[in-house]
Amino acid sequence: MFKLSDSGIEFIKKELERYESKLSAIIPALYRVQKEHGWVSPDAVVFLAEIMDIPESQINEVLKFYTMFNQKPVGKKHVQVCCNLSCAMNGGRELVDHLCKSFNVKPGEVSEDGQVTVTAVECLGSCGTAPMMQVNDAYYENLNHESAVEIIKKLEV
Amino acid sequence: MEAKVLTEHYDKDEYRFLDGYKKHGGYQMLEQAFKMQPKDIVEQVKSAGLRGRGGAGFPTGVKWGFLPDNGEPRYLVCNADEGEPGTFKDRLMMERAPHQLIEGMIISAFATGSHKSYIYIRGEYNYPAEVVKQAIDEAYKAGLLGKNILGSGFDHDMDIYLGAGAYICGEETGLLSSLEGKKGQPKLKPPFPAIKGYLGKPTIVNNVETLAAVIYILRDGVEGYRKFGTEKSAGTKLFSVSGNVVKPGNYEVPLGYPLMDLINNECGGLKPGRKLKAVIPGGSSAPVLTAQECLDATMDYECLAQKGSMLGSGAVIVMDDSNCMVDSLSVLMHFYHHESCGQCTPCREGTGWLNKIVHSIAKGEGRLQDIDLILKVAENMKGRTICALSDAAALPAISFVSKFRDEFEFYVREGRSKVKGVSYAEM
Ligand SMILES: Cc1cc2nc3c(=O)[nH]c(=O)nc-3n(C[C@H](O)[C@H](O)[C@H](O)COP(=O)(O)O)c2cc1C
Ligand code: SF4
Ligand code: FES
Repeated sequence: MFKLSDSGIEFIKKELERYESKLSAIIPALYRVQKEHGWVSPDAVVFLAEIMDIPESQINEVLKFYTMFNQKPVGKKHVQVCCNLSCAMNGGRELVDHLCKSFNVKPGEVSEDGQVTVTAVECLGSCGTAPMMQVNDAYYENLNHESAVEIIKKLEV
Repeated sequence: MEAKVLTEHYDKDEYRFLDGYKKHGGYQMLEQAFKMQPKDIVEQVKSAGLRGRGGAGFPTGVKWGFLPDNGEPRYLVCNADEGEPGTFKDRLMMERAPHQLIEGMIISAFATGSHKSYIYIRGEYNYPAEVVKQAIDEAYKAGLLGKNILGSGFDHDMDIYLGAGAYICGEETGLLSSLEGKKGQPKLKPPFPAIKGYLGKPTIVNNVETLAAVIYILRDGVEGYRKFGTEKSAGTKLFSVSGNVVKPGNYEVPLGYPLMDLINNECGGLKPGRKLKAVIPGGSSAPVLTAQECLDATMDYECLAQKGSMLGSGAVIVMDDSNCMVDSLSVLMHFYHHESCGQCTPCREGTGWLNKIVHSIAKGEGRLQDIDLILKVAENMKGRTICALSDAAALPAISFVSKFRDEFEFYVREGRSKVKGVSYAEM
C-alpha cells in the first residue's frame, strides 16, 4: 500500500488551495511523492486521486507529459547529463559513456546497488559551463571525467 | 564594449537581497511608477521600442495594449521556462537579481492593471526558484507585495510555479496550459493570451529579461533607453554565448553589436589554432550562419532576419572547424523530436522523420536522396501547425543542409564524417 508522510499530505492539501484551479496542485503533488519515494508508482497515482479528489486519468495525463517525473525507480543519485548541442560540443556524450562505465550501469537504468542512474538529457540552461550534470536537485558545471565521478562518489544521499 | 544596464550590479552578492538591491537604487522606479498613470507607462514602453526578449521579439507595449477593457481580472505571467538550447540568461538574472525581476513585474502589473502574477520557472531550476521565492517573501514583508503596496492603493500578489521538464511549456500557450494544471500543450492563436489566457482570462506573458528592462525605461526615459541599440532594436540585450569560445558566458551588449566583436572581444575568441565554421545566433531554433555570413552580422532583430536567421532568445552557439555539421544537426533533431507535443501531424511526423533521416546519415547508412528528403520534409512542416516548434525544427534543418551540403554528401558517399574522419557509429 502506498503511503505519504503526514507533512506530505498536509503540503498537498495546502497546494490544493494555493492556485485558482485545484488542478494546478497536481505537479506539486507529484513532486512531493517523488521526493519521498524517488519515483511515482501507479499506486501513488491512485492515492493522489483519492486525497486530491481528482480523477486518476487527469493525474496520469500530467505525469506522463513531463520528463522530470520518474515513472520507474531510479538510483539514489540520479545523474542527468546534458547532451544537447553546446554540451555535446564539449564532451557531454562522452561523459555519459564514462559515467556509465565507472558506475557499471546502462543509461537510464539503476546500478545493482541501487545507488546510481545515469541519463542523457536535453539542455539544462547551463550551456556556458559545459559539460554539466544535474545530480538530484543540484547542478555541477565545468566538469571533466574525473571530477564528475568524484562528485557522484562523494555525494551523500 | 559591454553595456551593463540590467547587469550593472550582478557582480555584487548583496544585490540578491532586498537591502542590497535597494542600496543600488532598487524599487525607486516602482515608487515613480505609482506616481504615473498606468496608460502612460504603457505608452513609454511602446515609445522606448522594447521588444520581447523570450524569442519572438514582439513589441512589449503593443502587446500590453491588446488587453481588453472588459472588467475581467487580468493576469501577468513571467516566462522563466528557459528551455531553448543555448540559453542561460534568465537563470543568471533570477540568481543574481531576483528583486529586479520582482520590481519589473510589479511595475508591469501596475501598468497593465493586473493584481496577480506568476513566475513560471522550469522545474530543473531548483536553485534559482529558491532564490526568487525568498525574494518574494522579503518583498511581502517589506510591503512591496500584497495589499496597498507602498501606500499606493495598488494591490498585487505574486507566486512562483515550477514546471516539470518540457521545452514546449516555454511556448506561451503551452505554459498557460501547464500553469492550469494540465499537460502543457499549446493552443491555437487567436485568441491570443492577452484576450483569453490563464483560465480564459486576459493574460500578459513576458520573458524575465523583458520585464526587468521595464525598470530602466522608466529610469532613463525613452531617450535614455534608446541611447543603446538601433532604431528598430532598442536597448541592450543579454547574450548567452556557448560552444567553442575561450570565455563562454552571459554578456550584455547594445543591440546592433557586431557578432564578431562579441566573439572576439567579450568571449576571448576561438581556441588557439581553430577557425570559425558557423554560428547559431539566436538559440537552437535559429537557422545557422556560415563563418562568411558572420563577418558583417550585427546582433539585432533586423540584421539577423535579413540573413535568414533570427535573434531569438539571444543564445549564440559558436562552432569552430572541429564540428561535424551532420552530427550537430542530429543532436538538434533528436531534441525537437523529443520535445514535440504531438498534437499537430506535420510536427509530430516531421520531427520524427528528420530525426530518423539525419541519424541514419550520421550512422553512415544514408542514401543520396535522403539529403533532398530532409529539405522536402522540412518544407512541409512550415507554417502549418498550432505553435512555432515545428518551424523551429524545420528552419535549422534546412539551413544546415543547404549551407553545408558538401558535408552531408560526403557523409553519405563515404559513410563517415568529413570532419571527424569516422562515422557516428564508431565515435
Ligand atoms: C517552442 C517554443 C519555446 C519557447 N520557449 C520560451 C522560453 O523558454 N522562454 C521565453 O521567454 N519564451 C519562450 N518562447 C516564446 C513565448 O512563446 C513567448 O513569445 C514569450 O514568452 C513572450 O514574452 P516576450 O514577448 O517578453 O518575449 C517559446 C516559443 C516557442 C514556440
Ligand atoms: S507544432 Fe508541434 S509542439 Fe507545437 S503544438 Fe503542434 S505538435 Fe505541439
Ligand atoms: S546545451 Fe547543455 S546545458 Fe544547454
